[in-house]
Amino acid sequence: MDQIITFIAEYPITIYMVVLAIYLGFELISKVPTVLHTPLMSGANAISGVVLIGAILLVRQAPSDDYLSLALGFLGIILGTINVVGGHSVTNRMLEMFKKK
Amino acid sequence: MQQALINLAYLTSVILLIVGLKRLSSPAIARSGNFIAAMGMGLAILVTLIVPLSDGNNNYLLILIGLGIGSAIGLILSKRVQMTAMPELVSLFNGLGGACAVTISLLELFQYQEIFSGGSTGAVHMGKHFTTLLTIFIGAIAFTGSILAYLKLAGKVSDKHPAFLAYLNIVFLLGILGMIGYRVYAPDASFMIPWMVLSLSLLYGLTFVQPIGSADMPVVISLLNAFTGIAAALAGIVYGNQVMFIGGILVGSSGTILTVLMCQAMNRSLFNVIIGGFGGSSKKGDDDDEKVIVEATLNDVAILCRYADRVVMVPGYGMAVAQAQKTCKELDNLLSGFGVDVKYAVHPVAGRMPGHMNVLLAEADVPYPSLLDMDDANALMPETQVCLIIGANDVVNPGALEDPSSPIYGMPILEVFNSSQVIVLKRSMNFGYSGIENPLFFKGNTKMLFGDAKDSLQHLISEIRELG
Repeated sequence: MDQIITFIAEYPITIYMVVLAIYLGFELISKVPTVLHTPLMSGANAISGVVLIGAILLVRQAPSDDYLSLALGFLGIILGTINVVGGHSVTNRMLEMFKKK
Repeated sequence: MQQALINLAYLTSVILLIVGLKRLSSPAIARSGNFIAAMGMGLAILVTLIVPLSDGNNNYLLILIGLGIGSAIGLILSKRVQMTAMPELVSLFNGLGGACAVTISLLELFQYQEIFSGGSTGAVHMGKHFTTLLTIFIGAIAFTGSILAYLKLAGKVSDKHPAFLAYLNIVFLLGILGMIGYRVYAPDASFMIPWMVLSLSLLYGLTFVQPIGSADMPVVISLLNAFTGIAAALAGIVYGNQVMFIGGILVGSSGTILTVLMCQAMNRSLFNVIIGGFGGSSKKGDDDDEKVIVEATLNDVAILCRYADRVVMVPGYGMAVAQAQKTCKELDNLLSGFGVDVKYAVHPVAGRMPGHMNVLLAEADVPYPSLLDMDDANALMPETQVCLIIGANDVVNPGALEDPSSPIYGMPILEVFNSSQVIVLKRSMNFGYSGIENPLFFKGNTKMLFGDAKDSLQHLISEIRELG
């Protein structure tokens, strides 16, 4: 309990950010036609690949002889990139079909 | 100065992600939305590559190789996938994102363990450690859960689920949360606990998804997508990176609201979905009234359609499996040529993902105004002569309206039985995806046309052509 109170006292901006970002996410999605549910899910899925940034930071920070960090970070980069690149690409393919003929 | 520029660039990429997500919710500009979001992501990655770090030796070569391999695999998978297999692929991608979160958190665990075994527990920042454990918990569920959802949709894992799984899940959930809590309040305890959290979470992802299956898979994928977002946000806290943090929360909250919207479309609660209400209970009707199905001949159906004022097609997963969307459009063109008003009635959860049918029909060049949503379609039903059910089942099951004992009772459906004649194109008399019987097939105005949807439609088209 103490830890939670300390956290709130120490990081007020973070709390604001969490609340506002959650609200923003709700607002962005709440008025979406059914047609776009699948592309939207796919697009959001691509954005969740943002965790890739963590993997890049990890590899950049690792010393050259820290093979464990390098191996795991490398694996993370591959996995994250597949999610980001594949996600945006497949979303684009879905949306291509809505082009005006 | 440099730090300010970097912060500004990160801020720009967050704004691009938000604008992109917003534009994705309107059909006319959705494509640009996806592009803008991708730009935001690209900018964030670029900045991450050049941001100055206090230690480490960058290892750029390794990073670039990783980015290259990942991009190649992602592009190939997304270009090669059949339109019908799209839900599976989204689920697979989502699982890999979850795996990425787990992989990088795993390293944090190794580092903590080193510090821990060095005997100086005080050096382990408990807040960070707690966040890492949460990331592992949520990321692991997203990982194994999505992979199982992928396998289930691809038909590689069956829908069986023993009843004890529901109880096991509660045990797992309480166990994992308990261990995380214990870890925080007793940091000196054995380091076995974080490893147990990891392995139990991976296992929990599987047992969490296994009982669900059936018609609820779209909801699950959306939920797991939200999980990956939350895992990314938590990892953002650990790495002190705002783009990860905001992007993750955005996906977490928008994924959650999308999940809720889908549940509402089925008139069920999220809790009910997760507990796994569907399937298994495939009760035979309690009445032994003679249930007669009437088979239609192609010639009947051809004449009915040719001389109808309005024909409504109801696509479902069967259409996707048979790849029949182009054939639907062909029939549409033919009938329209005879002055028949052809419409498509799309149930919000037809197929295995919301909007799945819309995507497939759009691929076959069906114009947007021909697609009716559920309410508009139901209003038109009484003035419709022929309803062609093309591989849909549960979404036209009148049991949802009439039979309180039906597992899908209360779900809004397409009321096709209000049309003059219902023709059901179906491969066999097997149950629908939810494993329950469909009383529609036994109604007086329903006839069955057995066979693969695409073959049946093609035969129907040539039959109508012969009518001239």
